[in-house]
Amino acid sequence: MTTTAPVLLEMRSITKEFPGVKALSDVNLLVRAGEIHAICGENGAGKSTLMKVLSGVYPYGSYSGDIVYQGSQVRFSDIRQSERAGIVIIHQELALIPDMSITENIFLGNEPRKRGAIDWKSAQRQALDLMARVGLREDPDTLIKDIGVGKQQLVEIAKAFAKDVKLLILDEPTAALNEADSQHLLDLLRGFRERGITSIMISHKLNEIEAIADEITILRDGKTVETLNIQRDGVDEDRIVRGMVGRELGSRFPDHTPKIGDTFFEVRDWTVRHPISAERLVCKGESFHVRRGEIVGFAGLMGAGRTELAMSIFGRSYGVYLGGQIFKDGKEIQLKTVADAIHHGLAYVSEDRKAIGLNLLDDIKTSTVAAKLSKISKRGVLDQVAEYKAAEEYRRELRTKAPTVDEGVSKLSGGNQQKVVLAKWMFTDPDLLILDEPTRGIDVGAKYEIYGIIQRLADQGKGVIVISSELPELIGLCDRIYTVFEGQITGDIARKDANPETLMKQMTSTKKMQTR
Amino acid sequence: MSRIKDLQKNLFGGTTSNARQFGMIFTLVAIVLLFQFLTARDLGVGFGDGLTLRSDNLIALFQQNSYILILAIGMLMVIVAGHIDLSVGSIAAFVGILVAKAMADWDLPWPVAILFGLAIGAVIGAWQGFWVAYVGVPAFIVTLAGMLLFRGANQYVGNADTIPVPAPFQKIGGGFLPETGPDTGYNNLTLLLGLAACVAVVWRELQLRRTRKEMNAEPAPMWVSVIRMAIMVGLLIFVTLRFAGGRVGTSFPISGLILVVLVLVYGFYTRNTAGGRHIYAVGGNSRAAELSGVKLRRVNFFVMMNMSVLAALAGMIFVARSGASGPQDGLSWELDAIAAVFIGGAAVSGGIGTISGSIVGGLVMAVLNNGLQLLGVGTDRVQIIKGLVLLLAVALDVYNKSQGRFSVIGSITRPFRREASAEPASSSEAGSQPAKTTVAG
Repeated sequence: MTTTAPVLLEMRSITKEFPGVKALSDVNLLVRAGEIHAICGENGAGKSTLMKVLSGVYPYGSYSGDIVYQGSQVRFSDIRQSERAGIVIIHQELALIPDMSITENIFLGNEPRKRGAIDWKSAQRQALDLMARVGLREDPDTLIKDIGVGKQQLVEIAKAFAKDVKLLILDEPTAALNEADSQHLLDLLRGFRERGITSIMISHKLNEIEAIADEITILRDGKTVETLNIQRDGVDEDRIVRGMVGRELGSRFPDHTPKIGDTFFEVRDWTVRHPISAERLVCKGESFHVRRGEIVGFAGLMGAGRTELAMSIFGRSYGVYLGGQIFKDGKEIQLKTVADAIHHGLAYVSEDRKAIGLNLLDDIKTSTVAAKLSKISKRGVLDQVAEYKAAEEYRRELRTKAPTVDEGVSKLSGGNQQKVVLAKWMFTDPDLLILDEPTRGIDVGAKYEIYGIIQRLADQGKGVIVISSELPELIGLCDRIYTVFEGQITGDIARKDANPETLMKQMTSTKKMQTR
Repeated sequence: MSRIKDLQKNLFGGTTSNARQFGMIFTLVAIVLLFQFLTARDLGVGFGDGLTLRSDNLIALFQQNSYILILAIGMLMVIVAGHIDLSVGSIAAFVGILVAKAMADWDLPWPVAILFGLAIGAVIGAWQGFWVAYVGVPAFIVTLAGMLLFRGANQYVGNADTIPVPAPFQKIGGGFLPETGPDTGYNNLTLLLGLAACVAVVWRELQLRRTRKEMNAEPAPMWVSVIRMAIMVGLLIFVTLRFAGGRVGTSFPISGLILVVLVLVYGFYTRNTAGGRHIYAVGGNSRAAELSGVKLRRVNFFVMMNMSVLAALAGMIFVARSGASGPQDGLSWELDAIAAVFIGGAAVSGGIGTISGSIVGGLVMAVLNNGLQLLGVGTDRVQIIKGLVLLLAVALDVYNKSQGRFSVIGSITRPFRREASAEPASSSEAGSQPAKTTVAG
C-alpha cells in the first residue's frame, strides 16, 4: 500500500447540524483505493454521522460540503443510490431477518429474477459463491437465528458483495465477536485489500486498528484531528488514544488499590437448564463467591454460559432452575423473581442495553429511576421533583453527556446510554452488581470512566461481577477471574496469575484450576 | 427567536404538561368554532346563534359520547401496554342485558345492580386477562373471541329482545345534576362544579411553576401563565354557563360527571403512580421492564381486567340513557374507542399515549359526528369523513415526525420537557476529558 494510490473517496469540509448541535464541522476524509481506512474517535465524535452522510442516510442538502467519489461529485438522496454506486455500510446492529435463510437474507431486496419470479436456483448458486468468498461454511438454507453472531456478520458482508461493493464500510464489526471470530474477520478484510476492495472501518478496538489499517482518520468533537499513515508515522495504540482524547492517557485503567473484605455472596451448585430443550444444561452445578469490595471477572468464549448464569441468578430471568443455593451474608436467600433479586440488593446490567437494558422511548430521568420506583414514591405516588433530582445527581456523578435529564435515551451515544443503565442500577443501592459486557461498543475515554465507576462501587464495599469477552479488560480491572467453559467454572485465577494465555487455556478446557 | 415564535413556544411548545394539553384543546376549539360558524351560516343567523354551542346540543354531545370516552380511558391503557381490546362493545352489551334482567326479574335494587354489573365486568376481565397475561395468547385473538362470545351471550340471555330498566337507574345515563339552592337562573350545582374546575386550573398552573423551579428549570414567564390560566378559565366559565343555563331540568349530565371523575383518577394513575409508570414500561420494552423488576403478567392482567370493568360501566350508562337494553347495544364501540386513542396520539406499538390526549381525540370525533349531523349530512357520508379524519390525523403526524418537524400529536404525548438552554452546565461538560475527576453533584 503506497500513499500514491489513486483517491477513491474524498469528503471535503462536511458540516452537519442537528437542532442545537453541530455534529460535524468542517470534516475532511480522504480514502485511497484498495486501502483499509480506520476512523477513530470517542462517543459522539461524529463517526457514525459522517458515515450516514456518506451513505445517503442524511440526504444531499441536509449537510454542507462535497463528496467526491471515483473522481466525480456525488449527491446521494438515499441509501439505495449510494449502494448502487458500490458503497455499502454494515451497521453495528446487524440488519438480518432471523427467520429467513442465509440465501434469502443475502438477496433480500436484491433478488435475482427470472420472468418476474425469484430464481431460487440461481440465488442458491450465487449464495454459495459469495459465502465462499467470505469464508462462511454453512448450508445456505440455514436460518439466520441458528448461526452465531460471527457468522451472521459474514452473511452481512456476503450481502454487501451481492450488491457489487466497491467501498465497504464496517461500523464496529468486531464489537460482538469473540477473539476467534474477530481474527477471522480481520483476515478476511486483509484478503479484500489484496483483491482491491477498499474498506472503511470504525472501531474502538485499537489493537485491531493498529494491526490491520493502512491509514487512520481521527475525529474529535465533530472535527477532523488528523489522518495518520500507520507505517510512515509509526502509529501505535497510545498514539491513537492521544489523538482521540487530545492528550496522553497514562493508563488504560485508573489506578486502584482494592479494599477487599469478607465473602458476602455465595452461589452453590447452581444448575439451570435451557428454556426450551430439556436435556441441555447451561449451568452444570457451578459454585462461586464474591467478597465485599472485590471485582470478580467471568471469562469465557461466546456461548460458554456466562450471561445465562448471571441472568438465572438474577431472579431466574433465564432458563429453568433445577437446583442450587444462593447465600448472602451467610443466610440463604430465595430469588424467584427479578423483584426479589432487586430487593436483596442484586443488580444486573445486561450486555444488550438497547434490546433489554433500556426502554428507548424513555428519557434519562424515567430510565434512571425505573428499577426502583419505590425510592421516589410514597404509597405508590411518584414524586417528580425527587425523580428529577435523583436523575440529575447521577447525570453529574457519572458525567453523562446530555443537555438535560429530559433527553430521550435513544438520542444518546452508546457510552452515555451505558452510563444511564449504570445509573439505573446504582439507584437501586445494590450490594452486588453484575455487569455483562459493560464496555461493549464504547470508546476508550468512556471505558476509562466506566472502569473508574466500577472501582468506586467496589470501594464502597459492594461486590462487582464483570463479564467480558475482552481479556485485557478483565486482567486490568478484576481482582479475581473465574473462567467458564460450556456451562462449567473451570478456573479461579487470582489477579497476579492472570494473563491471556492462562485464561485462554482455562476458557477452552474442562480441567479445573485454582491459583489462589 | 422572534417574538411570535417565543409566544408559540411558551403557550404551546410543551414547556409544561399543562401547555401541551392546552395546545390540543386549542385544536378542539377550532373544530367547534368551525361547526358553530357552518351551522350558523346554514340557518342564516349570527355566529352566536349557531347550533353547535347551544346548551342542549352541548349537553346531548356529552351524554351521547360519555360511554365512548369512558372506554377510551381503558383502551388507552391497553394500547399503551402494547395490546388491543376488540371485545368492549360486546362486553358492554352483555353486562347491560344482565343488569337489566337482574333488575326486571329479581327486583334487584339499582345500586346493587350497578355493583353487580361492575362485578360481572371484573369477572369477564379476569377471564380475558388470564388468557393474555398467563397463557400468552395475543390480546387481539383473545378479545376477538370475546367479541363473538359476549355478543352471542347478550343475545342468548336477552333472547334478542329489549329489556327496559327502571327510572332511578336511568339517572346514571340520562340524569342531570339536581336543582338546589337559591334561584339564580342557572343550575347551582353546575355553577359550583365550574367554579371548582377554575380553582383547580389555577392551582395546577401555580403548582407546575413551583415544581419547575424545584427542578432548576426556568419556568415560563409569569405573563404566559396568566394568559394560559385566563384562557382556560374563560373557556371553563363559558362551558359552565352553557351547561348550567340550558332548558329547565337539564344541566351537567350525571354520566359526564362520572367521566370527569374517571379522567381525573386515571389521569393521575397513569401520570403519577408507580403502577401507571409500569404500564408504559411494559409497552415500551417488555423485556427491559421485566428485568427492572416489573411484574409483567400482573400489569397485563390488570389492564385487560380494568378495560372490561370500564366496558361494563359504559354499557350500564348506555342502557340507562336509552331506557332499555337491546341486542344491538355497543355495536362497533371498540372501533370508536380505538380511533379516539390513536387520534389522541398513542403509538400503535405501545409505550406512548395519554389519557387527556385520548379524551380530546374522542371529543374531536364526537364534535365531528355531531356537527356533521347538525348540518344534515347523512350517516353514510359521516362515516366516510370520520374514516378519512382518522387516517389523515395519524398520517400527518407520522409524516411530520419523519421529517423531524413539529408533531401535533407528539406535542400532546411527549412528557413535559425543559428547553436545553435552561441547563448551561451541559455545554461546559461536552468537551471534557475522560480522566477528569468527578464533578460533584
